[in-house]
Amino acid sequence: MSWSQEELVAAAYAVVFVFVLVYVAIIAAKLVRLQRETAELVELARRKSSADA
Amino acid sequence: MTYFADVAALTRKDLRVELRGRDTLPAMLLFVLSTLVVFHFALPEGSGDTAAYGLLWVAIVFTALLGLARAWVPEQEHRVLDGLVLAPCDRSAIWVGKTLATLVFLLAAQAVALPAFVLFFEPLDAPALAGVLLADLGICAVGSLMSAMAAASRAREVLLPLLVLPLAIPLIVGGVGAAVSAEPERFLLFLLLYDAVFAVLSWASFEYVVTE
Amino acid sequence: MGLALVLALIVAPEDADQGISQRIFYIHVPIALTAYFCFGLGAVKALLLLWRGDERYDLESYVAIHQGTIFGALTLITGSIWARASWGVWWTWSSNQLVLFLVLFLFYCAYFMLRFSLEDGPRRARSSAVYALFGVALIPVSFLAIRLAEDFIHPTVFTRDGPQMSGTMFATFVVSWAAVTLLAYVLYRVELAGKRLDADLRELREALQ
Repeated sequence: MSWSQEELVAAAYAVVFVFVLVYVAIIAAKLVRLQRETAELVELARRKSSADA
Repeated sequence: MTYFADVAALTRKDLRVELRGRDTLPAMLLFVLSTLVVFHFALPEGSGDTAAYGLLWVAIVFTALLGLARAWVPEQEHRVLDGLVLAPCDRSAIWVGKTLATLVFLLAAQAVALPAFVLFFEPLDAPALAGVLLADLGICAVGSLMSAMAAASRAREVLLPLLVLPLAIPLIVGGVGAAVSAEPERFLLFLLLYDAVFAVLSWASFEYVVTE
Repeated sequence: MGLALVLALIVAPEDADQGISQRIFYIHVPIALTAYFCFGLGAVKALLLLWRGDERYDLESYVAIHQGTIFGALTLITGSIWARASWGVWWTWSSNQLVLFLVLFLFYCAYFMLRFSLEDGPRRARSSAVYALFGVALIPVSFLAIRLAEDFIHPTVFTRDGPQMSGTMFATFVVSWAAVTLLAYVLYRVELAGKRLDADLRELREALQ
């Protein structure tokens, strides 16, 4: 399992790049979840205000 | 002078509780002796005399953890800590009292352990003992605070070693260095520095950890 | 960051001693420095929390330390790769920076254990803040300890050459550093916003139900 120098350099940068990608993916998933939650709560609020009215 | 009076009272209380209950100190003593014996079997033949010093320090740290885990238990069992916090004494005095009491327990355990170590393994010279003393101070100071932090949590037995061990690493370096190196003064000075920095930090921040 | 990447890989002249592996330096060191900075920021927020008592600082401190830990892990990974490139081993105890980061990584992982095992509230915020302050105190102390430990742990076989850099190399380093810092900052803000949104939505939900 001997790696050439070039491969290692590429690996180091690749690790960072992959990390950034993964992070973006996690944020995107979180955003989707937050959007869904907000939509739910808007629905709840609408129902509540029409029930009070 | 009431600060010192408070500290003395608190320390005396802890010592008296231990004398009456006798659950922490015998456990620490037995633990450290058993650990030393285990080390004899754990060290392979010819692994060098100096390896024993390293293991001594591992034994000390884990014995201290044992004592620290039980340090705040008396307060918790009888909800005494809330009472102490309400009492008109500087809250950091509680920490000083607890640290001193734990220190006494640790020293008492070491009074047996160190001669045993000399008997089983290697001699200990003055710098090594000074190192033990200074490191004891450090462990008790930091450990009392961390133990108080962990006491509020659900997983306190597991959490305490996790919190203390990274902080104990410099102490182990200092202690082993003082025992092994040809220039122990540097290590002793370093231990002094650690004690100064972390004791002050612990003393100052105890109040924040303990109040609701 | 793309600019930094291009510069680091193509423009910077090859280092005479280490050849192409030198280039890892451009990403490894900025990540390490950024990790330190994040821990420092976490400690500053922690101090502000204890001093001013404003609860907003708790989340900010937490996120900063969260980022710091991630960058610390990246430091360890890239450092390990660099060690492999320079010296042929994946790990060595004689690299002070690697060992320091390992200790810090353990310390800050315990930070998360502490947070997860305490109930939410001012108690948790304050304990976390105190622990964060201990962290930054630990950084120089650990560094000293590791230096001292060299005496009797292992003979120092490997040395890392310091940054004696030529002009272009230095410029590349600065750009890399700026890029990584920017990345960290952006991630910090995003993460913080996400967590705040979470908390706000939860509050909203409780108010509506």
